[in-house]
Amino acid sequence: MKQMRDSEAAKQSSSDMSTTGRMDVAASLGSHGREIPETISNVVFGLDNVQVFYGDFQAVRDVSMQIGRNEITAFIGPSGCGKSTLLRSFNRMNDLIPGARVAGSLTYHGYDVYAPNVDPIEVRRRIGMVFQKPNVFPKSIYENVAYGPKVNKMKVNMDDLVEECLTRAALWDEVKDDLKKSAYALSGGQQQRLVIARCIAVKPDVILMDEPCASLDPIATAKVEDLMQELANDYTIVIVTHNMQQAARVSDRTAFFTADVDSAGVRHGRLVEYGPTRSIFTAPNDPRTEDYISGRFG
Amino acid sequence: MSTLAQATPAAADDNPLRQVKARNGEKVIKALLATAAAVSVATTFGIVISLLVPSITFFSEISITEFLFTTTWTPLFANPQYGVLPLIAGTFVITIIAISVAIPLGLGSAVYLSEFASSKVRRTVKPVLEVLEGVPTVVYGFFALEFMTQLILRPIFPGIQVFNALSAGLVMGIMIIPTVASLAEDAMSAVPGGLRDGAYALGATKRQTALRVVIPAALSGIVAAFVLGISRAIGETMVVTVAAGLMPNLTLNPFEGMQTMTSYIAAAASGDVSTGSIEYQSIFAVGLLLFVITFAMNALSIRLVRKYRQTYQ
Amino acid sequence: MTATIATTPSPAPESTLEGHGQPLIDKTFRWILFAATAVGIVFLAVLIVYVTLKGLPRLTPALWQNMPSIRNPDTAGAQSAITGTIWVMAFTALTALPVGILSAVYLEEFGNAKSRFQRVVDINIQNLAAVPSVVFGILGLAIIARAFQLGQTVITAGLTLGLLVLPVVIISTRESLRAVPQNIRHGSLALGATQWQTTWKQTMPAAIPGMATGTILALSRAIGEAAPLLLLGAVSFISFNPTGPFSAYTTMPIQIFNWTKNPREEFQILAAALIVLLLVLLLAMNAVAILIRNRTQRRW
Repeated sequence: MKQMRDSEAAKQSSSDMSTTGRMDVAASLGSHGREIPETISNVVFGLDNVQVFYGDFQAVRDVSMQIGRNEITAFIGPSGCGKSTLLRSFNRMNDLIPGARVAGSLTYHGYDVYAPNVDPIEVRRRIGMVFQKPNVFPKSIYENVAYGPKVNKMKVNMDDLVEECLTRAALWDEVKDDLKKSAYALSGGQQQRLVIARCIAVKPDVILMDEPCASLDPIATAKVEDLMQELANDYTIVIVTHNMQQAARVSDRTAFFTADVDSAGVRHGRLVEYGPTRSIFTAPNDPRTEDYISGRFG
Repeated sequence: MSTLAQATPAAADDNPLRQVKARNGEKVIKALLATAAAVSVATTFGIVISLLVPSITFFSEISITEFLFTTTWTPLFANPQYGVLPLIAGTFVITIIAISVAIPLGLGSAVYLSEFASSKVRRTVKPVLEVLEGVPTVVYGFFALEFMTQLILRPIFPGIQVFNALSAGLVMGIMIIPTVASLAEDAMSAVPGGLRDGAYALGATKRQTALRVVIPAALSGIVAAFVLGISRAIGETMVVTVAAGLMPNLTLNPFEGMQTMTSYIAAAASGDVSTGSIEYQSIFAVGLLLFVITFAMNALSIRLVRKYRQTYQ
Repeated sequence: MTATIATTPSPAPESTLEGHGQPLIDKTFRWILFAATAVGIVFLAVLIVYVTLKGLPRLTPALWQNMPSIRNPDTAGAQSAITGTIWVMAFTALTALPVGILSAVYLEEFGNAKSRFQRVVDINIQNLAAVPSVVFGILGLAIIARAFQLGQTVITAGLTLGLLVLPVVIISTRESLRAVPQNIRHGSLALGATQWQTTWKQTMPAAIPGMATGTILALSRAIGEAAPLLLLGAVSFISFNPTGPFSAYTTMPIQIFNWTKNPREEFQILAAALIVLLLVLLLAMNAVAILIRNRTQRRW
């Protein structure tokens, strides 16, 4: 329900927008006050002509871009243009889908993520993921956070680590009195922050977020967005979002995707434009980007 | 897209993503799990072998034609005869009686529960049918011998034998009702509500809808239920062993006792039969015959179920 | 003034809303179906009442305190059968549960649904579920008792019955695993857990209630089985409790069978009493299963 409300709200506001709309979004720009350089100085992910296939179906084609360290990068675009698919190929979650494969070069700190001797388990420890629907485990709050370090056999003081992660996820004060409570007893927003705490407990390098606020109400969304700003100091964040204002609010760089429809009517996702968020939203180069952010479609 | 810098890899460990741990544990575990799954295959294999090997020896002595087409079954006599027709006749008579009870009552229950009963009735009746299915078969055997024969059939048919096919067949029939009813009901509930609504909208009564729309639509599933019921009747042992007697009897008279394939196997194997003798091997020959018949019926039933599942899913 | 509004309603069309169907046939049909359904229920009620009334005289503690005796039916009991049942059930569970649960885990979590191996296993499970129980007795006799030389013992019975109820365990465990939402597994894998860690620490614990009810279902089935055991030597007269896995034994259904075969009325009453005990046990098991199912209804 909340997800519908969120995207409905986004649709509503985007259809109200014309040129004034763009100014609306522009008004959200830079509200985080972080300065980033024009060009990426520290590359975490390098993509060169990346394509993602499900069997014979090409879901994403020809993506070449770089993700910068300690930046928040947003993937925006209409539904069905492969944003989530591309995101999932960063941490090899697509491996779980039979027939999925990645072509082209996808590197992490210069190393090929899909090299034959790469351990997908290690990839996922370093590149964490927050999903659309908070998927806390049917265990206590403490056990949720402690799960990652346990399965990765990290030698840490678990109590301290749990407290640290919950604090960093802005959840500690709300749960500290009863860590043994079931995670299911938390609200949607709290669960998502728990997922984030769980995620950072394994000390990743990158946090991928696939529409993390889609099922949250506006207040919970605001909390998570504030959290993202905090986390960007220590982690690299890539977020897929349908909410353009959100992208404008939180991200440093934005990538706009769209879907080509071929002669058979099949949609293939492709990257259209990528640059600092400010530029994308105030002076996009590609007319399709312009159309999308001013609400003429999407 | 024109503002990207040259890719300079961030400072990182050497090959941080490479496979450090061999993760052999995962491979071992997966192999162990696959082995567990293979046990079911091994079991089928074991069943087939345990039936075939002694049967081959048996059929080297007794020809298949003699086995299948002669009419005397006296394996324990001085001059043993191995014509299996009496056992087949026994199985046949009792099965016919059983399905004459189980098919109408089972289908009737299924139609009632699926098309007529309120959800309250359904919620009370379905567990009762499950209980009926869960009662051990030896209890049904006892009931057939003590209650059905003594208290019901004897007063009605004074000349009836203590061990008779009718009693066993009737009780077995009721025992099989849940099997037929649940599969038939599954098939009928798979029929989309839209079909029924279409009929009702045209002014059809529930009866007409059930008979002319739902049952034809669910037909392959209903037939599957019948086939499964027949298969169960053929393979049932305890009721016939207790209530129908242990005398091979080539007859169609339900008032007499008779031995079936299953009760022969049970009686012969629990008696004193020396291993390796022809009588011992006859147990497996009859077992093989039983297995082949029930296997064929089950395969047919599964095919029919797949057919109706495909139609509506 | 003349009104242009008609003061009389237009004549009704030919057919009114009165039903002109065949209400009698419909009603009769419904009653026939109800009767068909009622037969099973009435039968069950009659069976329970009959067995209880007949066995009432011997529903005393002697039933589980004494051993069976052919010469003294007045003091005979079924202790050897009751303990034998417990022993055999223990080994049935020990056979069926690990193999069944691990098979289900393989088929649901690790296998490739389209692989040849998986399809063969699936077909086998479906077939085994429909094989007559006496054929399992043949398997037990020829292979487990004779070829494996385990003899006519508790462990042979446990292995045979375990294989018989294996499909029940596999099918119900698979269903309970399937009910665990996929995003729980994804959440675990995304943290760098391996497939087995995810299965063992997240998926299986979440499926435990389903596995428990499946276990009870399987044991309920096994506890009432007599046909396979007839072929495994349980029919001989046993008046002692099993001394170990390689001991001779008898079970409650077999003891019922033995007493039923004896034409003397005292043994018929004993059989009825033991039947009541067996039915009560089955009822208790199913009540536990329902309790588990109701108390652990998880809202995913």
